[in-house]
Amino acid sequence: MRESLKQLFQQEFGKMVAVISKLYGLENIGTAEDIVSETFLQAAESWGVKGLPANPAGWLYTVAKHKALYYFRRNAVFQKKVVPELRARSDPASHTEEMDFSHEHIRDSQLQMLFAVCDPAIASEAQIGLALRVLCGFGIDEIAEAFLTNKETINKRLFRAKEKLRTANIKMEMPEPEAVPGRLENVLRTIYLLFNEGYYSRSQDQILRKELCAEAMRLGLSLTEYPVTDRPQTNALVALMCFHASRFDARTGTPGDVALVLYDNQDESKWDQAMIGRGMHYLGLSAHGEHLTSYHLEARIAAWHCTKEDTREKWEDILRLYDRLLEVNYSPSAALNRVYALYKVSGKRVALEAAEKLRWENNHFYFLLLGDLYTGVDTAKALSNLQAAYDLAKTTAERQGIGEKIAALANNI
Amino acid sequence: MKEFALLFRFADMDVSKLSPQQFQEIAKKWQDWAGGIVSQGKMSSNGMRLAMEGKVLKAGGVITDGPFVEIREKLGSFIVVKAENLEEATTLAHGCPVLDQGGSVEIRPVMNYN
Repeated sequence: MRESLKQLFQQEFGKMVAVISKLYGLENIGTAEDIVSETFLQAAESWGVKGLPANPAGWLYTVAKHKALYYFRRNAVFQKKVVPELRARSDPASHTEEMDFSHEHIRDSQLQMLFAVCDPAIASEAQIGLALRVLCGFGIDEIAEAFLTNKETINKRLFRAKEKLRTANIKMEMPEPEAVPGRLENVLRTIYLLFNEGYYSRSQDQILRKELCAEAMRLGLSLTEYPVTDRPQTNALVALMCFHASRFDARTGTPGDVALVLYDNQDESKWDQAMIGRGMHYLGLSAHGEHLTSYHLEARIAAWHCTKEDTREKWEDILRLYDRLLEVNYSPSAALNRVYALYKVSGKRVALEAAEKLRWENNHFYFLLLGDLYTGVDTAKALSNLQAAYDLAKTTAERQGIGEKIAALANNI
Repeated sequence: MKEFALLFRFADMDVSKLSPQQFQEIAKKWQDWAGGIVSQGKMSSNGMRLAMEGKVLKAGGVITDGPFVEIREKLGSFIVVKAENLEEATTLAHGCPVLDQGGSVEIRPVMNYN
């Protein structure tokens, strides 16, 4: 019981908000959240005093149903008395439909909620926050921790996002079949952002970060359960997340140690082989259709990184994949990673030539790469680049790592 | 031993800001508090709960929908405990989690004229 109310909240909050919002409209999503939260407060009291009911989820659904009916009926009375002109518009009391908590309806409602939250009308930061809240049942304080900001900021962001749902008249419905690919792109993008928020977060809360990744994967997997959204790019994204997630434990050293273990120093035995296997499975499923997306390419690169052994074939293939990736979806970080692959294939001088052309001069990873490439070629340049990286580094852990490189290099002069 | 009803009145609070962890903590407090009463053999009944909706009949046949939105503290549920006297029953009410949430506990003897 002590563990399970928290877990139940995380499992059921999103489902219940989706079902209530589906019935009463997305403009009432805030009310739906309140109703579900009140249901959990009642559960905390009632179960604490009387013990856990036989079917906790069923108990929650019944109580939420009553609370929602009561709220919307009372609200309808208020509207009739105070603002009679509103009666002409949609009257919540006219919902005779029964609130449906069947497995299928919960799943459909959640999928529609996912599409609604990922509507391009909503700013991406707000999307991730809203997804964490209404799809994953995260508390405001957890979202604030994940974004390394305060609760007020998150509350404001969520408020604006919900306002946008209303003013942009976003509905909970599946897009028309021909609109699915375009809309799916936004959904996949938000899921990947959510995953990255967990994977690259500067938050020190490891459990929270892992939960963020797990939730992103859960949402991605839920899309593979529907024929309309079970597309090659969906499977590619799931594969990509599996490959990244397989290294989660290996890259976070000992507990309490915030420094990330860099890829080269990772203990391979800590890689989650079952997760890599799942990644391979979804990568296989992604390999059909005519559309090559950045998820396909990134997943194949990530798959290579699950083999630590350096072979010429590996790096030549990675280099080709980065070339394609830059064509499909150019990003400075992909360009930087391509230079590293180029170094592995063609050596430091060729890579340095390519790196100097990038001129990404406000980023510490850029200078770090230059520093590494100049090491053994031109020590003075290596040192000046590492120093630039040190000055731009954002976390103490990063600064510590770069500082060690500088010290090692300086000692060898 | 006499019986006393402990009536929980909940403050109108913004529950939407509570995190999953906090719900769990609140449940644990209820469990610990009620468990304490049970372990002393003083829990008489823990089964009752009032539904949200209801009506109020007033003099002259006026019926209103209740319970009253305006009321700041809404009556939620209640338990019945066994105690020697009102003071002891009040002592049992101490530590009730509803107090942490700005609510109150009303302690009323259950009358038994038989």
